[in-house]
Amino acid sequence: MIDEPLSQGASLVHRRDPRFRLIACLLLSLAAALAVGPAAPLLVLGAGLVLTLLARLPPGLVLRRFVAVNAFVAFLWLALPLTTPGTPVTASFHGLAATREGVVLATLITLKANAVFFCVLSLLATIPAPALGGAMRAVGVPDKFAFLFLFTYRYLHVISDEYGRLATAARLRGFVPATSTHAYRTYAALVAMVLVRAYDRSRRVYQAMVLRGFAGRFVSLDGFAADRGDVAFLIVALAVAVAGGALEIVSWRGHV
Amino acid sequence: MSEPLLALSGVCFTYPGTARPVLDALDFTFGPDERVGLFGPNGSGKTTLLHVMMGLLRPDAGAVRFKGSPAVTEKDFRAVRRGIGLLLQNADDQIIYPTVLDDVAFGPLNCGLSPRQARDKAEATLSLLGLSGFGPRLTHRLSGGEKKLVSLAGVLAMDPEALFLDEPTNGLDPDTRERIVAILENLGKPLIVISHDWDFLVQVTGVYYSIEQGKLLHDPDFVLHRHVHGHPLGDRHHHHHD
Repeated sequence: MIDEPLSQGASLVHRRDPRFRLIACLLLSLAAALAVGPAAPLLVLGAGLVLTLLARLPPGLVLRRFVAVNAFVAFLWLALPLTTPGTPVTASFHGLAATREGVVLATLITLKANAVFFCVLSLLATIPAPALGGAMRAVGVPDKFAFLFLFTYRYLHVISDEYGRLATAARLRGFVPATSTHAYRTYAALVAMVLVRAYDRSRRVYQAMVLRGFAGRFVSLDGFAADRGDVAFLIVALAVAVAGGALEIVSWRGHV
Repeated sequence: MSEPLLALSGVCFTYPGTARPVLDALDFTFGPDERVGLFGPNGSGKTTLLHVMMGLLRPDAGAVRFKGSPAVTEKDFRAVRRGIGLLLQNADDQIIYPTVLDDVAFGPLNCGLSPRQARDKAEATLSLLGLSGFGPRLTHRLSGGEKKLVSLAGVLAMDPEALFLDEPTNGLDPDTRERIVAILENLGKPLIVISHDWDFLVQVTGVYYSIEQGKLLHDPDFVLHRHVHGHPLGDRHHHHHD
């Protein structure tokens, strides 16, 4: 069962219109991700942290996800400083030395990753999946993508249940996971069965849609209503993103 | 007799890659005031018959007529699907949206209702089925019985003139089953019900057919009787000795 513990809440952030949160997240993430210097990612990281605080998310969950993201970043720190060509800043060890450029690059990536992480955590993870699918359509994401997302969310549970039932059936008949050809063959068969059943199901689902008058075009209940708070929120997010861009341009000029 | 809702004549259907025809020159007329029970062993073609009538499968030979006009193309069958609602065996196949309200509104929106009308229609249908307040619930969190009722709401929200139900009581607890009986009695719409649940069939339908060797059999001598207690022959044809 996939829970969305972060999407439940009544904080200042949760109350914002999902469409506006989605656009704000996109703007801020772009401002952080496209930057070459550290100023814009730092600014966005600050905004993300503030939003995360405002969203009153459970600290334990935030920490767990923070660690997960930064575990990947840690691998970059193992490789990048040593492999980026530039001025060595440490003593050479068997011809390997950390370079200044490498450390700068790793720092920049760390800043960007965490800036985007906190924005996504506070702005996107706080939207329940069905509303996020609706918001995607409302802001002009092509129907195919939005429905791919909605259907995936809807049927992920069904497919994971199906896998669970098959795995239980295997266990009931004495299957014990092990490192053996037999175990690998069994797992391959389980996965294959899940795929075949998912394919069959997709055809039945399509039939059910056709039965209810589906003719290739999705129409949706428009359940969103924005107020002045949403508009103000988006303006602030836009301002932060533009400020990030401006800082970026200023730092380029500085270099030239 | 009033004009039949659906009429099949000489319908043949064989699944690709198999030799045995599932439907073999089958004739059937479904009137606007009929409540038909369809039984027979697994694989005898009951579901296939419903799918051919709804245009999900196209017959190899023979004709389907809806209210007197032939139904041949996809466009013809769109009219059939607006007139007749088919409830599939598995509610998980039928419920496509993550939330109940979106799902029930799917059919009305496809019929051209505005979002507001579709929302009202969905809410009215939910409350008709005793599911008021279910709108925002997540569909994958519903129990099996609730899923069945929600999928039925999705079909009824399109205001069909008739209902086809494919094994509607499979795996349901007695409470939900009784709710479905009550709902069908209240609706008073013509029905075709596939079921192995004789007690259910006798409660909601009045004419019984089975499919054997690809043909529809109607045995007027065969009368179902209601069982009030568990019975070792409950799911098989049998006669009671007086």
